[in-house]
Amino acid sequence: MGLIASLGKFLIFIADVFRKPERRSVMYKLVIKEIYELGFKSLLFVVFVSLFVGAVVTLQTAANMQGSWMPSYLIGYATRDAILLEFSPTIISLLLAGKIGSNIASSLGTMRVTEQIDALEVMGINPVTYLVRPKIFALMFFNPLLICLSMFGGVIGGWIAGTMSGECTSAEFITGIQYAFIPFKAVYAIIKTILFAFIIASISSFHGFYTEGGALEVGRSSTRAVVFSSVFIIVSNYILTQLLLN
Amino acid sequence: MIEIKNIIKSFGSKEVLKDVSFTFEKGKTNLVIGQSGSGKTVLLKCLLGLHEPESGFIVFDGMGIVGKSNKNLKGLRREIGMVFQGGALFDSMNVEQNVLFPLQMFSKMSKEEMLQRVNFCLKRVNLENVNHLFPSEISGGMKKRVAIARAIVLNPKYLFCDEPNSGLDPYTAILIDNLLQEITHEYGMTTVINTHDMNSVMEIGEKILFIKEGKNVWEGTKSDIITSDNQHLQDFVFSSELFKTIKKIKS
Repeated sequence: MGLIASLGKFLIFIADVFRKPERRSVMYKLVIKEIYELGFKSLLFVVFVSLFVGAVVTLQTAANMQGSWMPSYLIGYATRDAILLEFSPTIISLLLAGKIGSNIASSLGTMRVTEQIDALEVMGINPVTYLVRPKIFALMFFNPLLICLSMFGGVIGGWIAGTMSGECTSAEFITGIQYAFIPFKAVYAIIKTILFAFIIASISSFHGFYTEGGALEVGRSSTRAVVFSSVFIIVSNYILTQLLLN
Repeated sequence: MIEIKNIIKSFGSKEVLKDVSFTFEKGKTNLVIGQSGSGKTVLLKCLLGLHEPESGFIVFDGMGIVGKSNKNLKGLRREIGMVFQGGALFDSMNVEQNVLFPLQMFSKMSKEEMLQRVNFCLKRVNLENVNHLFPSEISGGMKKRVAIARAIVLNPKYLFCDEPNSGLDPYTAILIDNLLQEITHEYGMTTVINTHDMNSVMEIGEKILFIKEGKNVWEGTKSDIITSDNQHLQDFVFSSELFKTIKKIKS
């Protein structure tokens, strides 16, 4: 299918997401369920990765600063900015594109090939509104919370690694993470996260929803969902950074 | 009653349905038979409004559906029950939730009334004490019966089944066929069943449409099949030794 045709199909798909749902009460329940399935179940994974990456960022920064004139509290400063600006919003979103994106695409793809989506359509239920909307809403709501937790986890990981290795004292690290803090950087990170959540949920759903064939195609849709979500995250990260920070 | 007139449907340059006309009667099990790839499923999807024919009419008790948007078909779709080939039960829901689902979406019943209706429908298809099992935990025949219970839970006027007994053993297949016929008579529904299983045809074929290469080749009842001199039908029906022997004995 041509690029323009795919884009048109995607836009129609997104327009369908925002149509009036059959039952609002059912929709709320579905959003809660998706928050649990897609968001809450990723919590441990995100915290675990963030703790270790925060620790590694701190140790690498300390290694680069060894023997230089720079004060030790800059280790905390550099760790905070790396975690806040790039690691938590972008790298965690890329990891979530792999974890959640493949989950969404494969579950919708399986529903398509086993005629469950046709069953919804025959019942007079808009399958996009019923299946995709809760996923998009859930991720756009919960991912910012997940990313905030990742930021917190990353800084804690950095603090533990920095103090345990003796690269800086606890007071120096805390001074560093408070040094020259610009609150807009946190806002920028949250804006990025919300956009990335939309990209992960919508692109993965689109690829899963339009799966044709059998189990093999479900696997292919899942791969395409992760690849396309990741590419769009990387490109939109650059555009947003250009727009918001420069 | 559902009337179809001069239905033509193509995919790209391939014409799948070629000027098909037929009347599916109310209170009867109407069977669409034909070889794999003859256009049965495409015809069923046209009837369900999932495919739009290029030309022709599809009329549900006086209401034409061709050219109507999904929004305009919503009312009609709530009068339709569908049993898919694989059951199409929702994997994330248990048996009770699957049957409950259409009620939750469209009825204004209280929760107790809904559960009563679900249990009634499950009992009607001879399923009890399976409410909390998931589709992955039940057999193929049970899945089909749950699908039938889900299809009839809103008291539909029209029931569509796509090869309802494919993949089932002969005994369970006959049970499903008889169940569909009983339900059709009981509720006075217009039932359309796609099949290529000759046992089903001989068991419940009250009105039959035979399609070959997208064309309406023959129509009649199960008793007409034996006496028909239509060569295409004879080749299809009496392709197995069993049916050849039955024909010999009958004649």
